[in-house]
Amino acid sequence: MKREIPLFLTAVIGAIVLAGFFVPHPYVSVPADYLQRCAVIVVAFGYALGGANLVQVNLEGILRRHPDWPYKLVLLAGMGVTLVFGLFVDRAKFQDPGTVSLWIYDHVYVPMNSTMFALLALFIASAAFRAFRVRSAEAALLAVSALVVMIGRVPLGDAVMAGVFDHPGLPEWMRHLRLEPLQQWIMDWPQNAAKRAILIGAAMGVMATGLRVILGIERSYLGGSD
Amino acid sequence: MALSALERIDRRWIFLVVGLLVLVPLLWPIGLPVVPTTPVRQYHDAIAAIPDGSTVLMSCDYDPASTPELAPMTETSLRQLWDKRCKVVVTVLWNGGAAVVDQSIEKVADEYRARGVPLVDGVDYVNLGYKSGNEAVMVLMGQGIASAFPRDQRGRVTTQLPIMRTVTDYSSFPMLVNISAGYPGTKEWVQQVNSRFHLPMVSGCTAVSAPEFFPYLQSGQLRGLLGGMAGAAEYEVLRKERGAATSGMDAQSMAHLFIALCIVAGNVVHWTRRRAGASA
Repeated sequence: MKREIPLFLTAVIGAIVLAGFFVPHPYVSVPADYLQRCAVIVVAFGYALGGANLVQVNLEGILRRHPDWPYKLVLLAGMGVTLVFGLFVDRAKFQDPGTVSLWIYDHVYVPMNSTMFALLALFIASAAFRAFRVRSAEAALLAVSALVVMIGRVPLGDAVMAGVFDHPGLPEWMRHLRLEPLQQWIMDWPQNAAKRAILIGAAMGVMATGLRVILGIERSYLGGSD
Repeated sequence: MALSALERIDRRWIFLVVGLLVLVPLLWPIGLPVVPTTPVRQYHDAIAAIPDGSTVLMSCDYDPASTPELAPMTETSLRQLWDKRCKVVVTVLWNGGAAVVDQSIEKVADEYRARGVPLVDGVDYVNLGYKSGNEAVMVLMGQGIASAFPRDQRGRVTTQLPIMRTVTDYSSFPMLVNISAGYPGTKEWVQQVNSRFHLPMVSGCTAVSAPEFFPYLQSGQLRGLLGGMAGAAEYEVLRKERGAATSGMDAQSMAHLFIALCIVAGNVVHWTRRRAGASA
């Protein structure tokens, strides 16, 4: 019964929500709407579950003195301090100006979050030098497209092109060579065609997986081996 | 000799060059010309076509990591909407984003107040804050905006706010302006709301996610698209503003050019080594 009841609930709920998309009759739409409201509550419980998991995993690491245990300690301390101020000191006003919670957000969370993302620029530059190797004709095509789009998307690209080709000695057609229209063509046609194929393929996969879940064929979400 | 030195280069030198190439143009702007592209013009024109005084839904789905890219387009969009005397209902579907979005809203609202336009929170605009649930929230909003967001960012009861008196569900809005950094974002709004509730929408997104949305633009599901800081800068040019995105384009240009040079230099080293290996 441990597997049959979840499978039954999944099938019934999935079928009702799916039918609610196509059938506007209240017999179908009202329970479908109710179930979707429930989904929001279930997702919110995910935060509580995630918090408990975070404490469990990191506390174990600290107690067993894993090599990176001081970082885990900082993580748990940060979580504890933020929670205490949010739940017991600032309460419902925790997002208002002047609160400790907003101070933590503005002066700790925002800079750290931005820094992590900003570091990407440095690693992309390093990876571009060390890892982007043209070893085949396809890779060469990819590299040329990437260079055209990367330089054509920014104003400097056209400024450089104008500097190189805007010379009275060059033929007229050459003097109008610009990267921006070329990168727009790559984005509008080859890129769009490939992206659309991926989107349609992924959508078909999602539909197939959804049906397999509703029909009880796909059971991996229950955990275990089958 | 030079190539072998290039091959053994410490990556910290690359980091230093990137840092300088970004920092120097931010301190001393070059002022490269920014020319608006078609998707950006479409975004601008779609908002311009909204009837003056309408109430518009704006979902700002990002967090501090994407703020340099997305806050400028959020602010310019707010200016265009408020210039048309539109009321703006803002939602956030990213858990770390409600406060940075709030700062952008208040920054632009303060600009208007300083010019003598009395924008009032709860009357001319409202930030409904963050709600967990991703696509489920989008569908729930179709049943009622207030039932999905019973309280706003400041904890006020949504139904008691003057701006919400005329707002029931998606049919209350002529357009959705979505500013998106990833999941949940533009793709989910198109799939769950645009196709299901037929709410016209425009999108401003990070540069890395823009290619994913071009099919939606071509199919007409998106009325306009701003891709990354470049899109935001072009939008500022169309609006005759000189904001953070335009200032940042010089730095971004230099970084793009350097990364392109890194790709070329890396491959020159690679080919030279291969040729030397083959001839040995």
